[in-house]
Amino acid sequence: MRATPATATSPGVGAVGAIVWREWRVFRRIWLAPTVGSVVEPILYLLVFGYGFGALVAEVAGISYLEFMATGAAANAVLLTALMTGAFQGFFRRTADHLYDGLLSAPIRVADVVTGEAAWTAVRSAGVTVTTMAVARVFGVGLASSVLWVPVIGLLGGFAFACLGAAIGARIRSDKQLDVVIAGVFAPMFVVSWTFFPLDGAPVWLQWPARLSPLTHMVALLRAAAFGHTATADVAVHAGLLLGFTLLFWMLAVRWLRRAVVS
Amino acid sequence: MTVTPGSAAVADADRPLRRRVRLDAVGALVTREWWTFRRVWLAPTFGSVFEPTLYLVAFGYGFGALVTDVAGVPYLDYMATGAAAIAVLFTASLGPALNGFFRRASTHLYDALLGTPIDVEEIVTGEAVWTGLRCAGVALATVVVAAAFGVRLVATVVFVPVIGWLAGFGFACLFAALGARMRSPHQLPFIVAGAFLPIFLVSWAFFPLTDAPAWLRWPSLFNPMTHLVAVLRAAALGVGTTVEVLTGVAVLVTNATLSWMLAVRWLRRALIV
Amino acid sequence: MDVAEPGPTKHAHQRPTVDASRGTSAAPLPAIRVSGVVKRFGEVLALDDLDLVVPRSATFGLLGPNGAGKSTLMRLLTGTAVPTAGHVDVLGMSLPDDAVAVRSRTGLVPQADNLDDELTCVEHLTVYARLYGIAARDRADAVAAGLAFARLSDRADTLTSQLSGGMRRRLQIARGLLHRPDLVLLDEPTVGLDPQIRQDVWRQVDAIRASGATVVLTTHYIEEAERLCDDVAIIDRGRVLVRGHPGRLVAEHIGSDVVVEVHGDDALRRRVEAAADVARIPHRSAGTSVAVFTAEIDAAIGDDVHLLPGDLDHRLRRPANLEDVFVSLTGELLS
Repeated sequence: MRATPATATSPGVGAVGAIVWREWRVFRRIWLAPTVGSVVEPILYLLVFGYGFGALVAEVAGISYLEFMATGAAANAVLLTALMTGAFQGFFRRTADHLYDGLLSAPIRVADVVTGEAAWTAVRSAGVTVTTMAVARVFGVGLASSVLWVPVIGLLGGFAFACLGAAIGARIRSDKQLDVVIAGVFAPMFVVSWTFFPLDGAPVWLQWPARLSPLTHMVALLRAAAFGHTATADVAVHAGLLLGFTLLFWMLAVRWLRRAVVS
Repeated sequence: MTVTPGSAAVADADRPLRRRVRLDAVGALVTREWWTFRRVWLAPTFGSVFEPTLYLVAFGYGFGALVTDVAGVPYLDYMATGAAAIAVLFTASLGPALNGFFRRASTHLYDALLGTPIDVEEIVTGEAVWTGLRCAGVALATVVVAAAFGVRLVATVVFVPVIGWLAGFGFACLFAALGARMRSPHQLPFIVAGAFLPIFLVSWAFFPLTDAPAWLRWPSLFNPMTHLVAVLRAAALGVGTTVEVLTGVAVLVTNATLSWMLAVRWLRRALIV
Repeated sequence: MDVAEPGPTKHAHQRPTVDASRGTSAAPLPAIRVSGVVKRFGEVLALDDLDLVVPRSATFGLLGPNGAGKSTLMRLLTGTAVPTAGHVDVLGMSLPDDAVAVRSRTGLVPQADNLDDELTCVEHLTVYARLYGIAARDRADAVAAGLAFARLSDRADTLTSQLSGGMRRRLQIARGLLHRPDLVLLDEPTVGLDPQIRQDVWRQVDAIRASGATVVLTTHYIEEAERLCDDVAIIDRGRVLVRGHPGRLVAEHIGSDVVVEVHGDDALRRRVEAAADVARIPHRSAGTSVAVFTAEIDAAIGDDVHLLPGDLDHRLRRPANLEDVFVSLTGELLS
């Protein structure tokens, strides 16, 4: 992918919009593969875990295992889409394509670049949550009316993980380090965040990483929205924490990308 | 080493194998991988060992809190062999697929290799043998970690590396074949959704599928991963019937053979224009 | 400069197909014989009924613009491409059937920079020495000779990723010579290199020539073809246009060995072109200059041209080269 300078535009919203538009244009050309993935993956997870493990256990944390897994799959899909895209793009666009050098020759700021790319990824993440819940519906999972909040949560969570990914992509020096990040950050979050199973029965030293994982809070919000358990106190706590993580990751991404690109 | 010369001229890139694979060249390619690996071993190894351990611990305790015995063993023990199989799959799947793509399209490494008296057969064999060796290592490492968590192993655990090598060879060939078909990195999600995830999930790695619906059970029996889990479980924990083990080994050998042939065919089509 | 002498291989671990049509006549088999080769990629015709014979010990150059078919022909010679029609023989062996046997006696220096970044120089050469099937007892010597040829003996344990561009190219050349091939193929050997490094590479090619191996190189640089080759084929759109010694080609197609270039604005250029047309002298335009292929243009153009305002002489005399031959044949520039 060649570095295409953004059209000359004022910093701020205009620049962010230009970047989002750019992402959309690129996506239009290669949309098939990621879209197929985002539909096939939840199907597989629901099939295998839902029926496979669901045959061994019935209820989990107050809901059926199938319901538990459906929302878990949605959250995992956001993690996969947003974190991976953020990290891979952030790294390869910077080092191999020199895309950011091109973009930043226009009068825009690093913050605009980060926001724009993360915003697009957030939109894709919202889409992924929708397809997952649609597949779940087909599998017979009952959804409450507050399920309309699901894409919103997907948007927020997607933005957060995209920023986290961008921060990582800005920080690492080689693609070998990328493998380490996948193993050390993505995989733990993937399995220790109440997406496949609850962790209240697990040893204490496993529960703490779970509480610290932003994914845990996102999936809790997804469950609340999908099944109508909007007990406000819990929801407020999870939402607040997710917002806090989002802000933190965004600041890190801007800081680290600036350091990497503006020398 | 003598090589039987070709007979009539066949201007077809899909000609069948008519010579013996040069084992000395395969050895050189494996050595090459090893020399490269020992410089950068930390990152990939960390991933290949840490991740399955993570799965073992997380699922073992997470699911383990919800169920007790599965297929005659504690869930943690069951997950241990599942984690070893997962380790093998992770090492032998996306790596070889992406490797095959980047070595072909970006670094033109295969062009340089094909200037020497080898052909696609040696390239495929060399890479798969090496990946198999790494898989043997990670399978064994996972099982050792499991023992540290209290899983009880039996004497036949020494077969774990051999089985890991065999399965790793087969998966490496399969994913190298798929990687040979990729025209751009954007097509990776197809391989992930179409091959990796089904193999990963529709297996018996996380839990037995004996109680699952038939339409889920039957495909799983065609999945080499399912048999890898069964044979590893037999070797490490001593459970399972002889029939299961023999069937499993047969499936893994068949997978290795067929995938090798597929990889040679598809890589040749990608490299010889 | 130390020279690893390529020459007839001692590592004859392949038995090649016997080319029955040649019988047992005394004439040695040509290094390369390409007959009636057509190569299509879908709709695109890369090589169009190409015939070529390159004798042993020649230093042969294939000169042509990008897209002419040079790289395609190179791939056919190593067996990494298969002709749509026609026949390719290298060193008496038939491609693509005997590709592995051909590769054991051919050395390839590919165009792309495909060194193993995570190996040291000596490791890299050792891997290839093993791939070439060099016997264990000869391997260390071959690798040492290769490093010496590349002038990297003191960097044996340096990672290839830390070498400069010129060093990397030297290593690539040495890699292709480890097994002392009878035929050395160089695909655009100096593309992307600094002038200094290009001279260096040319000296290495001289050394290969001196050892008696057949050298075949492709290039789109005329000075490279003229400098290195005693036999050049100009190729365009998949066909060989002309073939011969560079000097002879110039003499045959340009007629004289001097070209007059006239530099100036559009008006001057048009005047010169018109005058040359009237006098039926071949010419070509590029940018702000008109190249006229003979010194007799002076009479045709007339005195006023070279005494334009400022008393500047707008004419530049230079020796004719292969690019002029190409232009005269195709009407287009090489680059």
